[in-house]
Amino acid sequence: MTGVLTTPAPTALTSVVAGRTRRRRRWALITGILALLVVVVFSLSLMLGQTAYSPAEVWGVLTGQRVPGASFTVGELRLPRAVTGLFTGLCFGMGGVVFQSMLRNALASPDVIGINTGASAAAVIGIVVFGLGETTVSFLAMAAALAAALAIYLLAYRNGGSGARLILVGIGVAAMCQAVVSYVIARAAEYDLPAAMRWITGNLNDATWDRALPVLVAVLVLGPVLLALAGRLEILRMGDDTAAAVGLPVERSRVLLIVTAVGLLAFGTAAAGPIAFVSFLAGPIAVRLLGPVGSPVLPAGLVGALLVLVADFCAQYAFGTRLPVGVITGVLGAPYLIYLLVRSSRTGGTTL
Amino acid sequence: MSTLAPALFAPGDARPRRWGRRRAVGVAALVVVLVVAAILSVTFGARDVTAADIWAGLTGSTDTASAAAVAKRVPRTLLAILVGAALAVAGAVLQGATRNPLADPQILGINGGAGLAIVVGIAFFGLGSATSYIWVGLIGAAGAAVLVYAIGSLGRGGATPLRLALAGAVSAVAFSSLTSAILLPRINVMNEFRFWQIGGVGGATFETIFQVLPFLLAGLVICLSSSPSLNTLALGDELAAGLGARVRTARLISTGGAVILCGAATAVAGPIGFVGLVVPHMIRLVVGVDHRWLLPVSALGGAVLLTLGDVVGRLVARPEEVEVGIVTALVGAPFFIALVRRQRMRAL
Amino acid sequence: MTVERSLVAEGVTLGYGDRTIVDSLDLQIPPGKVTTIVGANACGKSTLLKAMARLLTPSAGQVLLDGKSIHRQPTKQVARVLGLLPQSPIAPDGIAVSDLVSRGRHPHQGALSRWTSADDAAVARALDATDVAHLADRPVDELSGGQRQRVWIAMALAQETDVLLLDEPTTFLDISHQIDVLDLLADLNRDRGTTVAMVLHDLNLAARYADHLVAMAQGEIIAAGDPAAVLTEGTVRRVFGLDSRVVPDPLTGRPMVIPIGRHHTVAEPEQAQTV
Repeated sequence: MTGVLTTPAPTALTSVVAGRTRRRRRWALITGILALLVVVVFSLSLMLGQTAYSPAEVWGVLTGQRVPGASFTVGELRLPRAVTGLFTGLCFGMGGVVFQSMLRNALASPDVIGINTGASAAAVIGIVVFGLGETTVSFLAMAAALAAALAIYLLAYRNGGSGARLILVGIGVAAMCQAVVSYVIARAAEYDLPAAMRWITGNLNDATWDRALPVLVAVLVLGPVLLALAGRLEILRMGDDTAAAVGLPVERSRVLLIVTAVGLLAFGTAAAGPIAFVSFLAGPIAVRLLGPVGSPVLPAGLVGALLVLVADFCAQYAFGTRLPVGVITGVLGAPYLIYLLVRSSRTGGTTL
Repeated sequence: MSTLAPALFAPGDARPRRWGRRRAVGVAALVVVLVVAAILSVTFGARDVTAADIWAGLTGSTDTASAAAVAKRVPRTLLAILVGAALAVAGAVLQGATRNPLADPQILGINGGAGLAIVVGIAFFGLGSATSYIWVGLIGAAGAAVLVYAIGSLGRGGATPLRLALAGAVSAVAFSSLTSAILLPRINVMNEFRFWQIGGVGGATFETIFQVLPFLLAGLVICLSSSPSLNTLALGDELAAGLGARVRTARLISTGGAVILCGAATAVAGPIGFVGLVVPHMIRLVVGVDHRWLLPVSALGGAVLLTLGDVVGRLVARPEEVEVGIVTALVGAPFFIALVRRQRMRAL
Repeated sequence: MTVERSLVAEGVTLGYGDRTIVDSLDLQIPPGKVTTIVGANACGKSTLLKAMARLLTPSAGQVLLDGKSIHRQPTKQVARVLGLLPQSPIAPDGIAVSDLVSRGRHPHQGALSRWTSADDAAVARALDATDVAHLADRPVDELSGGQRQRVWIAMALAQETDVLLLDEPTTFLDISHQIDVLDLLADLNRDRGTTVAMVLHDLNLAARYADHLVAMAQGEIIAAGDPAAVLTEGTVRRVFGLDSRVVPDPLTGRPMVIPIGRHHTVAEPEQAQTV
């Protein structure tokens, strides 16, 4: 073995630089393609439907002109729906991958560990019982989700705690919140039922600008924050001890990441209900596409947006009746579980 | 099957002298509480009734509305007892067979699978009778158990309690979405289902009880007869095989019995969670970890818990009712969390 | 190039929850030397090392780096001076060797994490020093145990610290890899002047490579100092509850511990083997 040198051998240096460049390029490529796909699907969802509109007409509506027919369908119906779907997908994708990375388990997504369910419980109470407005409900959902996350954290982190305990406590909290949701739904008056069902499966039907706005603002505010913290998340993946050893303030980073992720998840849930499995699927899909070349946070957000937009389109038009988007994504989860089965028998892991 | 979590409760932990008295006292106490609970269940409810009404209802006359209410409470109480017992025994068996202290038919997604199968049966095969629901529920429960176990066994270390719980939670969401997918276009089925999904014994009739009884008895017999093998399994797969137990067969049979109990109970009362989790743990404190005592006394404990839970549900939000599935979730989940906190990390 | 740093624990009490593992313990890590800490399982050696690396906060007492409490300094600043290789580091799935080693540069990156060519050079140096440069693009999970451990050491090297702490760096490695790793650390100490402190479970390797040997039992330091002075039959008995013979190792002259069990005693002359 060679001793310690002061100038590195040329081959080592070049391979280090080459490796880094290669990884950066791949990250940019995959993320770029995903972003492009999102734009395409978004545009298609505005153009296609019961009536198809041409790109020119859609562009007209977007730039504020009066286009007969399209102004209403595209501007008042499809656009808020697509915008809500897009930003909700970003929330679920980014929030989900944060939890899966921190807990080092692909199965530990926030829809399993009670974060989204806590938000749903608060939102369903706010809307069905108290009849509050969308923005108020969003903040309420965020407060509830943070409270749920805090409760889970406090309950789980005894003697330094562990990810395993946190996940299990989260499952318990999810069960309680789900019971609350079921109770409120069962008591809901008949006319409230369709709206209330949103909290069972996640639904973009009747999405209005009231619903789109809070989640849009949340993404514009919290999204960049989360992306700035993404580097810390990558360090945390090496384990708490190693992360601390390279100088990361572990507790503080975790708290910042969780609060930001929960904020995004709560606003997303408040806008569209708990769309099943988007948080669960987006991260692993993004990591599969990306490979181990950098932070999966933004790609996961984009995958989440794609999942929601595509699923919503199928939900509206592929089955004859209008189904809620959450049903499609929930159904997607089942074959993905099978896929996990096949894949993990080779690699032998459920880490993200 | 891959290795499971290390042995958590070994029969050797028990100290014989103290257990004998404890068990006798515990069982006697439970029987008393059960009788009291049954009486409460018939006497109290969303509607106030007089002693005369109770007598009238019990003797079969349904002249007044109150007497009719009482008459309905009798099969309801009976069903609560049966379903509670079934779920508790199923939970105890699942905990023993998977060496997972957090096993529960609801958490492991088994109830969700049963529900999905029933919905498929109604929607696509036009099934209608309680017996057909039960058969279909059994198939669903069995399928769910296999799927969840398979997913939970992925990766190094095999089916640890954490992985099984996660696999169950994720599967439950998948089943629930599939169920919604089938239900939503079928409004007629959906309305009836909305209430089934919460889990309650409110719609009990003697007819349904007679139809489900053979299944519950069959499951119970299978589970009770696998008590000795569960005791051996608790020592760990390798040790058990060394002692001559047929590990795979024992696990298969006992889990099969548990699945029959869950499937039948869920078909008739909807998915009720946490009874299978909470009761065995509490009964272990009373009778120890020997399954030959644990299973039957858990049946007793489950009956007590569900009956009382149903009574509470009827009293707490009068004149409305809170379904027992919600009561068990709100009470059971904190218990589950407390249990998780007490577990040492190695065991998870 | 390396500055000599003093790392001292003063009266530290450490525990988890209500269990106290170490009570009012003092430890000095001599700068510029190789220190090894030995002891039976659960004697507190890993706990102590983690406290020295600021991963654990003592409930009493303090850990001082160059005279200043390690907990009052910003953790990134400490990480530029003191590195730790913990017991079970986790490599993210599929990560490439050079990517993992690059993570060691974290403490040297500012708030906006600008990556400079100096960082690249440090990573390359670390890869060279641990002889894993030819594996730079391979995924870490495809490497053998010995190679993987060298990669982790490379990451710690990329941090370019003056002090390096290692928690059981040789456990799970076979003997040739163990010697590999220990030789590398000895090189580091000799050529760069890095202060090395590590927990080892193999007494004989510990005695061979240490300038300063610390023996712990039940949360206390039984003996600390020159290996020949520390590793005596009495110490082995106190620390491990084991009878032994300690003889000078024929290769290096350092103390070598020969355990005495029930089946191998010194009684029978025809069965005893001369060394």
